[in-house]
Formats: sequence, structure tokens, C-alpha cells
Amino acid sequence: MKSIAILQFPGTNCDLDTKYAFEKLGCKTQIVWHKETTLPKDIDLVVIAGGFSYGDYLRAGAIAKFSPIMRAVIEYADRGGKVLGICNGFQILTEVGLLEGALKRNVNLHFISKFQTLKVINNNNDFLKKCQKDEILNIPIAHADGNYYINDSGYKKLEENGQILLQYSNRRGEREIVNGSVNSIAGICNKNRNVFGLMPHPERAIESILGSSDGVKMLEGLIA
Amino acid sequence: MSKPLENLDEILKSHKLTHQDYKHIVKILDGREPNIVELGIFSAMWSEHCSYKSSKKYLNGFPTKAPWVIQGPGENAGVIDIGDGMASVFKMESHNHPSFIEPYQGAATGVGGILRDIFTMGARPVANMNSLRFGNITDRDKISKYQRHLVKGVVEGIGDYGNCMGVPTIGGEVSFDESYNGNILVNAFSLGLVKSDEIFLGVAEGIGNSVMYVGSKTGRDGLGGAVMSSDSFTEESKSLRPTVQVGDPFTEKLLLEACLELFKTKKDIVIGIQDMGAAGLTSSAFEMAGKSGAGMRMDLDRVPAREEGMTPYDFMLSESQERMLLCVKRGREDEVIEIFKKWDLDVATIGEVTDSGRMELFWHGERVCNMPIAPVSEEAPILDRPTTKPKYLDDIASKSIDSYPKIDNQEAFERLISSMEVVDKAWIYEQYDSMVQTNTVKHPGTLDASCIRVKENGKALAMSSDCNPRYCYIDPKKGSALAVMESGRNVAMSGARPLAVTDCLNFGNPENPEVMWQFANSCEGIKEACSKLNTPVVSGNVSLYNETNGVSVFPTPAIAMVGLNDSENRVLASSFQQAENHLLLIGETNMDFGGSLYIKELFDETTGEISDIEYSKELKLWELVINANRKGLLSSAKDLSSGGLAITLAKMSAVSGLGVVAGVRVDDKRAIFSETQSRAVLEVNSKENLETVVSMAKELGLKVDIIGKVGGDIFKLNDIKMDVNRLQDIYFSSFKKVVEQDI
Repeated sequence: MKSIAILQFPGTNCDLDTKYAFEKLGCKTQIVWHKETTLPKDIDLVVIAGGFSYGDYLRAGAIAKFSPIMRAVIEYADRGGKVLGICNGFQILTEVGLLEGALKRNVNLHFISKFQTLKVINNNNDFLKKCQKDEILNIPIAHADGNYYINDSGYKKLEENGQILLQYSNRRGEREIVNGSVNSIAGICNKNRNVFGLMPHPERAIESILGSSDGVKMLEGLIA
Repeated sequence: MSKPLENLDEILKSHKLTHQDYKHIVKILDGREPNIVELGIFSAMWSEHCSYKSSKKYLNGFPTKAPWVIQGPGENAGVIDIGDGMASVFKMESHNHPSFIEPYQGAATGVGGILRDIFTMGARPVANMNSLRFGNITDRDKISKYQRHLVKGVVEGIGDYGNCMGVPTIGGEVSFDESYNGNILVNAFSLGLVKSDEIFLGVAEGIGNSVMYVGSKTGRDGLGGAVMSSDSFTEESKSLRPTVQVGDPFTEKLLLEACLELFKTKKDIVIGIQDMGAAGLTSSAFEMAGKSGAGMRMDLDRVPAREEGMTPYDFMLSESQERMLLCVKRGREDEVIEIFKKWDLDVATIGEVTDSGRMELFWHGERVCNMPIAPVSEEAPILDRPTTKPKYLDDIASKSIDSYPKIDNQEAFERLISSMEVVDKAWIYEQYDSMVQTNTVKHPGTLDASCIRVKENGKALAMSSDCNPRYCYIDPKKGSALAVMESGRNVAMSGARPLAVTDCLNFGNPENPEVMWQFANSCEGIKEACSKLNTPVVSGNVSLYNETNGVSVFPTPAIAMVGLNDSENRVLASSFQQAENHLLLIGETNMDFGGSLYIKELFDETTGEISDIEYSKELKLWELVINANRKGLLSSAKDLSSGGLAITLAKMSAVSGLGVVAGVRVDDKRAIFSETQSRAVLEVNSKENLETVVSMAKELGLKVDIIGKVGGDIFKLNDIKMDVNRLQDIYFSSFKKVVEQDI
């Protein structure tokens, strides 16, 4: 049975959803308080769940970056451990530098909550290995600061290394402008393909009665 | 202990107390004149907002009991049993006055307040809704422009608070009418889940037990807010901005988690807990001690303060947000402190429970208040304000649909479907996180009730907030009863059994006898409907003085109904599911145009009368849908309300993207827009199911008509039609265009 550590900062609000989702997929989970200095032993994945760590004050993820647990997460990632950041987790990962780029305010300046179709750009990684390339997934988004930014040279590198994983698209797979992200990027990974970040919430799409179960194959990739 | 008050006249005026009140206060204090702290306390506790002095007379007699009601009115929120040891805690509350003055903070703190009411009881809030009324937002004039500004601020405020808290906002309602040009209504609803045997109440008892303060520090914000909300507006009202509280959802999120952790791990040491809402520390302390008949002493200098130089008066009347008062077993304070420190919150032991029956407040050792607790609430003035039947009623009752020129149905339809009341409000609900907590089964924008599943027992809760203020204006009693009926019908359309309501009664100035008449009659209507439909009122709130420069809002008793569906897998949709499915219209259609959308949109008037209400038919309709859904016979169900059959079918078509061809036999062509009550459209997916549902309806004595089929690219009903593409374009893009026209 795979063991998942889920980080909890003050203001995290998707920790219980993430726990529920991974347990439904047959994993063991532990919630790890941000003031801890070490991660639990023998874990297979660290998830930084969504929410509003520190109320998004200053800038989303900017204060969580300094929590003691993040030092342990960086070490874990540097040793090749798998880390997934969802929504606020993605923001935190860019703030600590485990992922490139930054997340700015949505271009319409509003919070956006809805089901959104995404296109799989690259499945040559643990996160999306159970998805097909160009597959369209229906996954909820819920964020105010999801406008992914990276400069041109950074973008080129992401593209060359196959780090762009997900793109906002319509049902036909055509790129869609949702929040202003560079080339409609919804999710990326690091160069070593062990740190993943995305704005959409796969943990909210694991049962058809909630509107979609497309998130299952994303999460399953990480625990297979 | 302090000097007598100088300038008594002025002080009484600013505290909205009369000389008669003052005499009464002196009597309660055994002949002693109050000091300013005591006077401030009386002023807050006897404000309309806290004492319900104008409304109490009429609220008595609301049906509040049923076998499934665990807690009725009188606590922070009502509680109903939802089976398997689980209970649902819910309430709706208004934040109208602050939201008009400062829309973002007013609405945000409205959400914060209602959330605290829920988690104070030990429940985790799992769903929010809101009921909003604005003035006219469509025109180019100053009023519309300001109203659009209010819409933006209110929506952002609600969104930012609920989103940060991690509580999904799953539905609500919004409508627009000139009567709200000077006073918008912002009513926030929240629902939580708790184990039935782990409910906490707002009580302080057990002599020597500690009174603890947790949450944010106290500042001077919201000083006198309860008193401000107990007056009508004039041109000077904008200067009241400092009386609007400022919200911090992040702190409230910490407070939520800390409280729930305390309840879960230290259940045995918590005697009671009360949130500090309107009238802050004053009302929470008096309510907690008042419930047990105990006394209380508090050292106000121990209350965590945000700024220096605050006085005992400030501490007692501040409405700073995100604060709670706890009563904890003596000697166990450290266990509480440890949890709240973990969550980086302020926590302090500020007093204890005594046996004196009095509230004794100290400031650095000096006693600054010493008054009996019971009389402050028990002897609060109850007013029997004069009532007069409003003059306007006779004028409008003399009008009917035949008083107006005939208009081509197609033209009428095109105007009604573009009405701000009808079109989709994604611009609003997409700013609310509606899916966090992974329970949302029926999402905002899917029409009728919203639903969440309950992970703990595999059931689903349906909820809907409704009120048609036009009906309430032309007939407060029947209109209010119809609000109960419509919210119940919406819940039933999702396959859930309606169980109980919470209400938010928004009215004008109670000193106007016509408004008081509206209020009295509205209460009668709610009483009648709730009792006939067996859906007791378990919590609620009254908001009066929604008046500006002498103009009162339409009577607006918002009703939020909560119902239970036996299975999370049987939540029924309210829009078309599949082409070729059959459509049934249940219920009789008469020419009911009183307070209709038709007359409002086409002739800009709110007139007419409301037909007699047949509760038995309504109950049968609910029974039909609930039973047919249980048997898996239905694909979707939607009630008929504003705009009648035409608008109902058009919405079902727009939301699904599926066309429809339907026809009904009518004596008068306009009947497709009639708003006769107790009707619904049902969608079934086979000939066999169609026959079964028809015979079930007939057995119940309900009129049933087969009206057409789903499918194609065109919406067509009798003599009106529209391409589905165009219908969707109007339905989904109009609201954004209107609300963002100034950008």
C-alpha cells in the first residue's frame, strides 16, 4: 500500500479532500502539520494540497515558503522523491523554486470556479502516464491566482524538456484562454520529472456523481 | 463607580433609547442611574437587531417542532436529524445595512458571521448559499451604475470569504427590482454537519468555570453596528462606514479548525460556546449566562486588544470579527490555550461563572458594570406597533392581465428570457468555489435546488433559497406562503423530502404601520405554509429598517428549505438529459399573472392578485416526484415559477443545450407565461415510464399533460420558438454584459 504525506498549512483547505481521494484509491495517508521539520518515513509521495495558506496574504504561497516543513520537502524532492502541488500547492512550489515560473492574478481579476477541460500535452511522466497524449480531461478549477507566467527563455526550456504537462483547452482540444496563463499552461513538472504542479483539482474529480472521474487516472499514475 | 451621565438627551438619542427606556433601565438597576458602559449594553441588547422588539409578537407561534427537529430557534442555528447519527445545522442571516454602506466587507462579514453560527455548534460548515436583492442594474443612470458597483463588491466579498474558508457556495438566488435601489439585501445561508450527540450550545454554567476569549483581537471596528442596523438610511448614511466590520477569513479558517479540534479532542471540558456577532462581547456574554441563570464576571483589561486606549465601552460593543466566547471547566484552561496557540490565535481567560445572576465587569480592578442579567433580555421592550393595510393594495388588486394591451407571444418571450432575473448568473457563481470538500452533486447553475452528498451516510442534502418579492408586495401573506412552497418544491424536484426551513425576514421601517402590516401578514403566511407542509422553522433572522428616504423595500421573507434524499446516487437533475425523452406537465394552469414576471418585464408594473393556495396539491406534487424518482422513473424535474411554462422549458433547454418541441392546449395564448403554483415539468426516458408516471399522477389526483419531446436544435413551445444556439447565447452571456458594462 502506498503511503502519502499531505501537507497542512494554516489556511490549507483541500487537505481533507486530498486525503479522501487517495484513501479511496487505496493509499494510506498522513496529514503533516507545517511546523514539522521532517517528513514521515517511508512515504511514496508528498502532496501540497490546495487552499489559502496564510490567507494568500502578501502573495499566494509566499509565506508558506518559509514554513519549517518546506525545507524537508525540498530535500525530499532533491533526493528524487515525488511531490505533487495542487492549486495553492503549485503556487508554493513555484515560490520555493522547485518549479519554474510564477502564478499571477487571473486576467479577469476574479476567482474562477468551474469544470474546465484540459489537454494532456505530455504523458511521459509518472503523473500523467495513465493518460493518453492529447486526451481531454474534465477537471474542476478554483483559483484567483492561476495565471501562469514564465519568460520566453524559460518557456523554451520547459517545452524542450517536455515539462509542459497540461493546457486549458476546449472539448475539441483547441487552446482556451481561461486565466491568462502563458500558452494556456495548466500544469508543469520539473526537469527531473518528480515534482508536479497544476492549478486544476484532480482530487475533486474522482467520482462520477460529482461530475467527473477523470482525476482518477491522474492520481493513479503517481501511485502505480 | 462612575459619574452620572451628562447630556443625557444627546446620549440617549445616539444610543437610540427613549426616556421611557431610560426610566426602565433605572428601575432594573434598583434606582441607580446607569454609567456609559451599562447604557451601551442596554442600547445594544435592546436594539431592534438583538431584541426583535418589533417582530417578537409575530414570531411567536411559528411552527418549530417535528420528530426530526433536534434544535429549533433560540440557539446559534437550527439542527435536524438526517439519520445514521448525523445531524444538519443551518441558518440564514442578513447583512443588508453594512453591505449597502461597504459592499465588500459587509457581505464578507455576513458570510463570516453565519459560518461562526454553524461551527459554534460543533458542526463543520459544508455548504453555503446566498439570497441577494439589488436595485435596477440595467440602465445607464447613476443608480444603476451604483447598483452594479454593489453587485461586484458583494459577490467578491462573499466569494473571498467563503473560498478562503474552504466552504463551497453551492447555490442561491438573486433578483433585481427598483424597490432595492436604496437598500440592497444580502442574506447568507450556511449548513454544517455534526454527529447528533456532539452538538455544542451557547451556555455558561457551573460556578467557578472559566470564561475564555478566543480568536482575533478586539478593535474598534463595528462599534455600535447592531444599533446602526436598527435604523433606516438617509443621505448621511455613508458616513457610517466605520461601523461596518472588517473581515479576515484567514483568521476565521484558523478559528474554525481550532474550535473543531477542541470539540473533537477535549469535548468533556467545553461547557458552552457562543460566537461574538452583533453586539459582540455584550450579546455573547449575556446570552451564555442568561441561558443558565448564572452570573458572570469578566475582567475587560484581559481581553486581547488590537489597539491602545480602548475603553470598557469599546470592548463590550466592538463588533470585531472572528471571535468566540467559551465556557470551560475550571482548571482545564491550559488545554484550550494549547490548541489555540497551535493555530496562532489569541486566547485568554477573561472571567468566570458566578452565582450572582449579575454581570459584573471590571477594568483594572475597578467595577465598571454591575447589572442583573435576566431582565436585560426578559424585560427588553416588546412593541405592539400599529399596523395598517397598505393603501396601494386596493389599486393594484383592481388590475389583472386584461388591464394590459396584448403583446405577441414571441416578442414577450424574447423580453422575458433576457430578463436579469431569468438569465444564468455564472458571472456570480463562478466566483464562488462550489466544489471544495468534494460533496457537490447538484451544482450552481443547474436550476432549482443545490445538493451535496453526505459522505458519512451516503445520503444527499438538497437546499434552496427562494422568495418572489413581487408576490409578497401584492399579497404579503400568500406571497410569503408561496416562498415556503417554492423552496420546498425546488427541494422536492431533486428527489429530496423537504424537512425544515430557516428564514430571513427583510422588511422596511417598522415604524410605518403599512410595513408592520406587511410584516404581520407575512409571518402569518409563513406559519400557515410551514405548518401545512410540515416543514418547521428551525432558525432565522429579522432585518427591519430596510428603508431609504422614506422608501421601504418590497417585503422579502427569504426562505431556505433543507431536504433529505435517501441516496446520493438518486439526485435528480433539473435540465434536459437526453433527446427523444418525453415531457410531462403536472398541475393545472390558470391565468395567474399577479406579481408576474410577464407584467413586470412588459409593462414595468407589479400588480394583480394571488389565487388561493392549495397545499394538498403541492404536497401531492412533491410526493409524485419523490416517489417516481425513487423508482428511477424520472430523468429530470423542474418546477414552474417566474415566467411560467415558457421560461421553465427555455431554461431547461438552455442549460442542457438540447432543443424541445412542446405544445399545450390553452384558451388564452398568454397562458404559457402564467405563474399558477404547484406545477412542474417532468422528463421521462421511455414510453413505459411515461405511462407509469402518468398513472401515478392520476392516482394522486394531479392533472397531467404529455406536452412534447426533448431534442433538435430549436426550442419550440406553442407559437414561440428560438434556435438553441441563440437561446444559449442570451441565457449565458447577458448578465456579464450588463454587469460589466462600465469596464
